[in-house]
Amino acid sequence: MKDFLVGVLGQGFIISIMVMGVYITNRFLNFPDLSIDGTFTLGASISAILISKGVSPMVSLVIAIIGGFLAGSITGLLNVKLKIKDILSGILVMIGLYSINLRIMGKANLPLLNERTIFTQGNNLITALVFVFIVALLFTIFFKTKMGYMIKGVGDNEKMIISLGIDTDKVKILALAFSNGLVALAGGLMAQYQGFSDINMGTGTIIIGLASIVIGQTLFRKVKFLRESTLIILGTIIYRMSISLSLIAGFNPSDLKLISCIIVVLALALGNKNIIFLNKKMSFNFTKPISSYDSTRV
Amino acid sequence: MLRLDNISKTFNENTANEMKLFKEFNLKVEEGEFVCVIGSNGAGKSTLLNLITGNIYSDKGKIYLDKEDITNKKEHERCKDISRIFQNPSMGTVPSMTIFENLSMAKNKGEKMGLSFLANKKDRKLFKERLERLNLGLENKLDTAVSQLSGGQRQSLALIMSTFTNPKLLLLDEHTAALDPKTSEIIMEITARIVEEKNLTALMVTHNIDHALKYGNRIIMLHRGNIVIDLEGNMKKDLNKEQLLGLFKDISDRSFFS
Repeated sequence: MKDFLVGVLGQGFIISIMVMGVYITNRFLNFPDLSIDGTFTLGASISAILISKGVSPMVSLVIAIIGGFLAGSITGLLNVKLKIKDILSGILVMIGLYSINLRIMGKANLPLLNERTIFTQGNNLITALVFVFIVALLFTIFFKTKMGYMIKGVGDNEKMIISLGIDTDKVKILALAFSNGLVALAGGLMAQYQGFSDINMGTGTIIIGLASIVIGQTLFRKVKFLRESTLIILGTIIYRMSISLSLIAGFNPSDLKLISCIIVVLALALGNKNIIFLNKKMSFNFTKPISSYDSTRV
Repeated sequence: MLRLDNISKTFNENTANEMKLFKEFNLKVEEGEFVCVIGSNGAGKSTLLNLITGNIYSDKGKIYLDKEDITNKKEHERCKDISRIFQNPSMGTVPSMTIFENLSMAKNKGEKMGLSFLANKKDRKLFKERLERLNLGLENKLDTAVSQLSGGQRQSLALIMSTFTNPKLLLLDEHTAALDPKTSEIIMEITARIVEEKNLTALMVTHNIDHALKYGNRIIMLHRGNIVIDLEGNMKKDLNKEQLLGLFKDISDRSFFS
C-alpha cells in the first residue's frame, strides 16, 4: 500500500508539471498544442543522454527546458508566421521530434542504471514535491504578471489584446515556448525518476494532460490556494491513482492508453451541461465549469 | 490629424468578383472633430475603418495620423494611438476576466507587458470613480467577471477602457447597433460625453440616422467608395431627417440608373 501511494504521488507530482504546460496552451491560450507529445520525450532524451555523458543531472534539466522552449517556439512560428493551423503545427513538430529524439539518444531506449540522478540522494517523493512546489509557485506568480494576463487575454479575445498595442504573435510564441519548456522539464524529471528514457514515453501526453485538467476542474473547483496549479496537481494525482488502480484490477499496461481516453470522454461528458440525460440523474454538481473557462473547451 | 491620401483598394483582384471599392479616395479629419459616417451597405464604411486601423492594407495611397505616415505600420502598432469599439459588445473586453482586471489592462495600454504585476490595488479607487460616472452600478462589481455583464454594460466598459489612455483617434464601428433602443441611447450619451470631456477626435460609423444627426460636428455619406455628402458646423446642425433621407434616396436612384 505504501509503495502504491509513493509511486502514485511521485509520478503524479512530476506529471503535474507537464499538465501545467498543457494548461497554459489548452486553457489559457486556447491553442490545442500536440507538439508536447514530442517535447516530453525530448526533455527525457536530452536529460538522459547528458547524464550518461557525465553532465550533472541539474544542468541536464536546464538544457531539457531550453530544448522544450525551442520546440514550442517552432510550433508557434509555424502557426503565426507560416499560418499553418494550430493543430497541424503541433502535429508537425511532434512527428519531427520523433526523429530528433532518436538522433539525440542514438537508440530507442536509454537506461540510466548506475548513473547519478537528482533522485539518487534523499527521498524521491520529497525531491519531486520540491520541484512541483517551485514550479507551481512560479506558475501562479507568472499568471499574475502583465505577460501572464496577455497570454490569458489572447486565448479569450485576441482582438482586444491587439487593441492594447500588443503583438499577439509574440505572445502566442512565448506561451507555446513556456508550455513546452515545462513539458520538457517534466520529461527530464520522469527519465531520471524511472531510470530510463524511451522513444515512446511521450505518446498520449496530451490525453494525460487533458484528463488531469478535467478531473481537477470538476472536483476541485473551489480550491483557493494557488488556484489553477493546485487543481492541476490534485487532478493529476487522482488520474494517476485511477490508472494504478486499473493495473491492480488486472488490466495490462498496454490497455492504459484506452483507459485514459475513456476517462477523458467520461470526464468531458459529465462536465458538459448541455447533455441533458446525464444532468437529470446527477445528484452532485458537475454541471458548472470553474470560472468562465469552459471545462468542455479542449 | 487624420489624412487619407489617394487611397485605392480593390478586392478579389483579377477575378470575376473583382470589386474596386476605393479609387483615389481622400479624407481629412481635423483634430477635435466628431465625424459621423453614414451610407448604405457596401458603401465602404467598415473598409474605411479597417484601412485606418491596419486590419487591411490599401493597394495605393498613404495614411497619416498626426503628420506621421502610418501606411505601413502594423495593426497592433497603430492601436497604441487608435482605439476602436466594435458592434459586438464582447469584442472590446476579455470576458473571463473581472472588470478590475480588464480596466488594469486598459490602463497599461501602450506600455511594455513585462514581468511586473498587472493588478494594483491602488487603482481600484480610480476605476470606481470612472465607473461611477456611467451610472450603471458597475463600480460595485469590480470583481465580477465581464462575461456576467449585459451587452450594454460591456459596451460601456469597452468605451471606458478604450478611452482610458486618451487615444489620438477613436473609431466607433456601429457600436450601438447590437443593443436595444434604450441602451443604445444611453451608450450614445456616454459616448458623446466622453468624446467631449476628453476632447477626442472620433469617427463614428452608424446606420442610425437620428444618431448621425444628433451627435458629432460633421457628417459624411459614403456611396460606393466615394464621399457624396460632407457637411460640417452649422450646415450639419440645420440638416433634418427628411432632407438627409431625400439626399440618400437621390443618390441611390441616380446610381441605380447609371
